[in-house]
Amino acid sequence: MNLPSLVEPDRVHKSVYTDQQIFDKEMENIFEKVWVYCGHESQIPNPGDYYAVTIGRQPMIMVRGADGKSFNVLHNRCPHRGVQLVGNLKGNTGGAFVCSYHAWSFHLDGKVRAIPLARGYEGTAMNKSNPDCNVKRAARVDSYRGFVFASLAAEGPTLSEFLGEAKIAFDDMCDRSPLGEVEVVPYCHRMVQQSNWKFFMENQLDALHPSVTHQSTGISAGRVEKRIKEEKGAAPLHYHYLSTFASSFEQWDGVQTINFPRGHGILKAYMGLRPQDPDTLEYEAVLRSAYGEAKTEEYLSRSIHHVLVYPYLSVQSPLQQLRCLRPISPDKTLSEIWHFRLKGAPEAVYRRSLWYFNLVNSPATMINADDLENWTKAQWGLTSNGGDWVSFHRNYGDDRVENGVSYSNHGTSEVVMRSQFQAWSKYMQGDAS
Amino acid sequence: MSADDLAGRAPGRSQAGPHPLGGSADVPAGRAASIPSAGADMGRLLAQDVVIDGETAGPATGAQRMEPTHSPRATLAGQPAVPRELPRAETVAAPDLHREVEQFLFLQAELLDAKHWQQWMDLFAAEGLYWMPVAPEQTEWEGSPSIFIEDKSLMEIRKGRVSHPNAWSQAPQWETSHLVSHVAVESNEGGTIVVRSRFHMMELRRDAIRHFGGRYRHTLLRGEDGALKIKLQRVDLFNSQASFDYVLQIWV
Repeated sequence: MNLPSLVEPDRVHKSVYTDQQIFDKEMENIFEKVWVYCGHESQIPNPGDYYAVTIGRQPMIMVRGADGKSFNVLHNRCPHRGVQLVGNLKGNTGGAFVCSYHAWSFHLDGKVRAIPLARGYEGTAMNKSNPDCNVKRAARVDSYRGFVFASLAAEGPTLSEFLGEAKIAFDDMCDRSPLGEVEVVPYCHRMVQQSNWKFFMENQLDALHPSVTHQSTGISAGRVEKRIKEEKGAAPLHYHYLSTFASSFEQWDGVQTINFPRGHGILKAYMGLRPQDPDTLEYEAVLRSAYGEAKTEEYLSRSIHHVLVYPYLSVQSPLQQLRCLRPISPDKTLSEIWHFRLKGAPEAVYRRSLWYFNLVNSPATMINADDLENWTKAQWGLTSNGGDWVSFHRNYGDDRVENGVSYSNHGTSEVVMRSQFQAWSKYMQGDAS
Repeated sequence: MSADDLAGRAPGRSQAGPHPLGGSADVPAGRAASIPSAGADMGRLLAQDVVIDGETAGPATGAQRMEPTHSPRATLAGQPAVPRELPRAETVAAPDLHREVEQFLFLQAELLDAKHWQQWMDLFAAEGLYWMPVAPEQTEWEGSPSIFIEDKSLMEIRKGRVSHPNAWSQAPQWETSHLVSHVAVESNEGGTIVVRSRFHMMELRRDAIRHFGGRYRHTLLRGEDGALKIKLQRVDLFNSQASFDYVLQIWV
């Protein structure tokens, strides 16, 4: 595997999407080093509440500590014989984890609590004072505005450094709450794409594809939206969520992307989410009484459609949705899809954002149905010997770089993919700084 | 951590007496001596019978002894498991109503399988809703997520989407086959009929088959022309919280 030869400034070799060795290296050098999203604090409000999560190839457990405040992220593995400590996706483990095989039990921070017939270990290497008797912990755990992350690497950037400019994803989501906080809606949609994780990340900031891929839904929604407007004078905002997908190439070319050095990025807003209906006006009044006029304007006028935390997270902060990728193999990726409520905001604001969650992000999505189909065909197409390279030449040479941040005057520029692969190459060559 | 912790003593729990399963470090040391040495005589060894008798009223054993409050099946704290509804036997429908309702449900399934989208939509009342919640405990759709929540306008968008020549995901071979059974009329009051049934849908996409199963609950009205119309169809997919391999393109 000659990594540098696989990524050129304006194209990449197909094997980066298909090769098992490259996938393994991605897990080792990227996913098992960087800060990976585990979940939101509100998913595990009480001591012993846990969620099973996967970091890279590692099955882990995120659990609320006995003090009710701390979070622990532990390997889901009993140190005795390797059996997973929890067999469910979520639950409450009480005051301890107990292994189902030989009843070794562990405190919520992973320290061994009890071993049956413990005297049987006297004089052996595996006695109670040996830290090998504890459940191995993630090297580092931290949270940002209620969003919990873990890194399996002891060294490397802090969470704050890793997120960098992409912190705006969580700031933008939380600042829209008059209390500055969100809480999770406790249902997670999980969907598997039969394709490489990178297709998802590229697609998120690919402004050329919507009017092609989502043409059928956009046109159909536009037709119904128009009819409702004619009949009733106005159509609910969620028709607009769908109809904008069918905007013209030229309109999409005007939607700017911002691309950050670590591969993070922002697709700027295009849906016009500040209508002047009574619900919105009431909500804005609540924000103004919490933050004052200037801050409220700052918070509500941020032009964000969604923010990418490379290599695995897409946060649609204005509508409080989050999609997290858990790669399974080169051609298989699980996404976990969550929705959040703005604490203290009027219910109508939640309900409005819920429409986007239902129509675009549910397993009956009228949008991702065609994205997933594209990526499946991309995965198959890249097994072909009909060509070896994937082209990212659109608007190459036309990028503007300021302080390491890449912009393009063209929303449809493939600067997005070029920027992501720069970060990818850096990680893959062992540079996780 | 105290030595008690390592011995598996639960705080405040009686530790009286050795347990018949000898499950802890606090078993008197002398007890181990009661196991005879093996020696070289296999015949004699095998004659030494150890019987673990079935004393079940004693102290906790196994995992409960290590952590009395632990259960691998506990839900997130503060989120009690929702009790499942006890199905009631069908008692209210006269044979002709039962047959009419059954035929209505069978027709609805056949319209889906034959891709007659408009005729399927026409079975709904003007304000009718098709609702697939995420989880069985959900009782309303306005304030919590759904897999589907569609009125006739949204159904029209979905119909328009799958019928569009550039609906890319509809290009591959794609078929469904529904079975509907266990039809029970739960109530029939004031012109509103509530019907419970079960469904099984096989879906063929390219060369792969997926299965979806679960329960329908139809709330039916009788229109002015006497025909049944759907006010609400609730679809509880039994695998609604499993991961979806690809999506649901059309109603189930």
